[in-house]
Amino acid sequence: MAGPIGSDIPRWANVVVLPIVNLIAAFLVSGLVVLIIGENPLEVVQILIWGAFGFEEAIGYTLFYATNFIFTGLAVSMAFHCMLFNIGGEGQAYIGGLGISLVGLQFGFLPPIVLIPLCMIGAALFGAAWAFIPAYLQAKRGSHIVITTIMFNFIASSVMVYLLVNVLIEPGSMHPQSREFAEAGIPPVHEALGWLGIKFAASPWNLSFLWALVCCVLVWGYVWHTRWGYAMRTVGTNPTAASYAGISETKSIIITMCISGALAGFLGLNEIMGYHHRLLLHFSGGYGFVGIAVALMGRSHPVGVCLAAILFGALYQGGAELSFEIPTITRELVIVIQGLVIIFAGALEFMFKPQVEAVFRWLTPRRSAAAAAE
Amino acid sequence: MEDFTLFVLVLDATMRVSTPLILAALAGLVSERSGVIDIGLEGKMLGAAFAAASVAALTGSAWIALCAGIGVSVLLALIHGFACITHAGNHIVSGMAINIFVSGLTIVLGAKWFSQGGSTPQLPHEGRFMPLEWPGAEAVADVPVLGQLYSELLSGHNLIVYAAFLAVPFIYWMLFKTRFGLRLRAVGENPQAVDTAGISVFFLRYRAVIICGILCGIAGTYLSTAMGASFVRDMTAGKGYIALAAMIFGKWKPVPTMLACLLFGFLEAVAIRVQGVELPIFGNIPVQFIEALPYVLTVVLLAGFIGKAIPPKADGVPYIKEH
Repeated sequence: MAGPIGSDIPRWANVVVLPIVNLIAAFLVSGLVVLIIGENPLEVVQILIWGAFGFEEAIGYTLFYATNFIFTGLAVSMAFHCMLFNIGGEGQAYIGGLGISLVGLQFGFLPPIVLIPLCMIGAALFGAAWAFIPAYLQAKRGSHIVITTIMFNFIASSVMVYLLVNVLIEPGSMHPQSREFAEAGIPPVHEALGWLGIKFAASPWNLSFLWALVCCVLVWGYVWHTRWGYAMRTVGTNPTAASYAGISETKSIIITMCISGALAGFLGLNEIMGYHHRLLLHFSGGYGFVGIAVALMGRSHPVGVCLAAILFGALYQGGAELSFEIPTITRELVIVIQGLVIIFAGALEFMFKPQVEAVFRWLTPRRSAAAAAE
Repeated sequence: MEDFTLFVLVLDATMRVSTPLILAALAGLVSERSGVIDIGLEGKMLGAAFAAASVAALTGSAWIALCAGIGVSVLLALIHGFACITHAGNHIVSGMAINIFVSGLTIVLGAKWFSQGGSTPQLPHEGRFMPLEWPGAEAVADVPVLGQLYSELLSGHNLIVYAAFLAVPFIYWMLFKTRFGLRLRAVGENPQAVDTAGISVFFLRYRAVIICGILCGIAGTYLSTAMGASFVRDMTAGKGYIALAAMIFGKWKPVPTMLACLLFGFLEAVAIRVQGVELPIFGNIPVQFIEALPYVLTVVLLAGFIGKAIPPKADGVPYIKEH
C-alpha cells in the first residue's frame, strides 16, 4: 500500500517483479505445507491448474469466484488509495446482500431488466451505508477505522443471523434462508453465449462478471482521472498538504469509504442474483477478507486486482477439485495459501527489495559504475 | 434464594468465559504498549489451541500441551515481529495474514493427522487442566451466600483461570513498576527518545511481542484443554477480536482491561442463559443482540461517547532507524 521508499530500480520492476517474487515465496512455503502433509507439491500444482482451467465448467467456476474477488478487491483498493484500511468488506458485502434481498423480496415479480438495476442500487446503498458509519466515526470522531470495521463485521453477522432466523426466513422452512425471490436473476454466461450461438458448459459464472469489469474501469477513471480521485489520493499521501490545498479530509474519507462499501456490496449480485436467488446465512463466505489479499497482490490497481482475482478464483476452484482428487488435502489449503500471500505480498512487501535491486544493478553494470564514481 | 443461586452460576460461567479474554487482552496490551498493533490475537490463540490439543492427544500430558501451545503462539508472534519490527511492514496486514493463515493451517493439518474433519480426538483427563477443588468447598456448599460464593465461584476452576486473574497484577507490576516496563511503555510512545538513550527499540519490541505470544499461547491452550476437551475448527470464534475490543475498552490499562473482559464475559454468560427466556422488564431479548453488544459498546467508546480511548502514540508506526 505504501510506495517504495528510495528505490533505485525501474518502476515497472517494482510493480511487476516484486509482486511476482513475493508470490513465488508464498507458493514455495505453501509447497512446504503440502510436503508436511506428505503429498507431492508438483502433483498438487498440476491438479490445481487442471481443476481451475482444465475444462469449461472449471473455467466457469474460476471466473465465478473471480467475480467475487474483483468486487471485494476493488473495495479494499479504493480505501487504500485514501490510506484507509477497510477490513469491513465482509460485513459490507453481507449487508449489501441484505439490500439485494429486500429489493428481490419486494419486487421479485418485475422483469429482470427492471429488477436487476434495482438490486444493484439496493446492494450499493446498503453496502455504502454499512461503510458510512465507520467512515463518519473516523473522519469526525477520530476512531480507528480498522477497529470499527472489524467490529462492524461482527455486528453485521449478528444482525443477519437475527434477520434470517426471525424475520426473513421462508415460512415453514427449517433452514435460516429466505424464499427464492427471482427465478431468473442475472443470466449465467453459458446462457448468454447460447444467445450468440456459442456452446459453453453450464456453471454459476454469470453476467455480474461484466459488471465487475465495468467497475474496474470506473474505479480506474475515478481514482486517476477525476478531481475527487485526486483529492482522495492527496488526502491519502499527505493530509496536511491536502488541507492546505483546501481539500476536505472528512469529505474524502466518507466518499471513499462509501464507494468502497458499495463495491463490496456488489458481491451479492454475483452470489445472490447470479446464483442462489435467495438470501443465505454466511453467503459472503470470507470473500471480503480475500479482497485484502487481492488488493495487496494487485497493488491496488484495477488491472492488478483483476489478475489477482483470477488467481484467487483459480485457487478456490482448483482447491475444490484438489480435495476431490486427494482426500487428505482439504480445501482449506487455499486459505493457507491466501494467508501466505498476504504475509509475503503485504506485510513483507519489501523484504526482497534489496535482492531484486542487487540483481538489477548486476544486470545494468554501467549505472552501478556511475553510482560508484559519485 | 433461587435467584441468587442462578446469579452465582452466571458469575461462575463469567469467570470461565472471561479467562481467555483476559489473557489475550493482556497479550494485546503488552504488544500495543510497545508500539506493535496486534490484531493477530485470534490466530495465535487458535494456533495454540490446536497445538495444545494435538500434543495432549499424543502425549496425554496437559503440561507438555501447554508448552506446545505457548511454543506455537510465540513462533507466530515472532513472525509478526519479523514483519512489523524488522521489515517495517504494516502491522494490520501482518496480523490479518496470521489469522487467515492459522485458520486454514489448523484445519489442513488437523484433517490429515486425526481424520476428523479438522477436530482432534476427545482428550483424556490427564491431558487436560481439570477443576481444582478448594479445601472445604464441599463442606460449606450448603451455607447460604458465603458458602455458595466460596464453593461455586472461587473453588472448582482449573489452574489457568486462577493464573489469568493473577496475570493482571503481574502485568501491571511489570509495566508500571519495573525498569523494563518503563522502557517498554516509552518505546510505544516515543521510540526515538528510547533509541537516543542507547536502548535498542527492536529488542524491546521483540520482547514485548514474545510476552504477547506467551499469554496468547496460554489462552489458546485453555480453550482446547481446559474449557473444552478437544480442538474444534475455528474454536476461537472471534474471541481474539473481543479481547482486542476489551483492551481498547480498558484504555490500554491492565485492571480496566480485566474489568472489560469480565463485562464481555458476563454478557456471553448471560446470552447463553437468556436464550428463549422471557425476562421481566426486557421481554425476550434476541441472543444475537447480546452477542453483538461488546462490539457495539466498543464502537461507541471509540467514537468518544464514553470517555476517550487514546492508544499509545507510536502504536502501529514502524521504527526505522536513521543512519
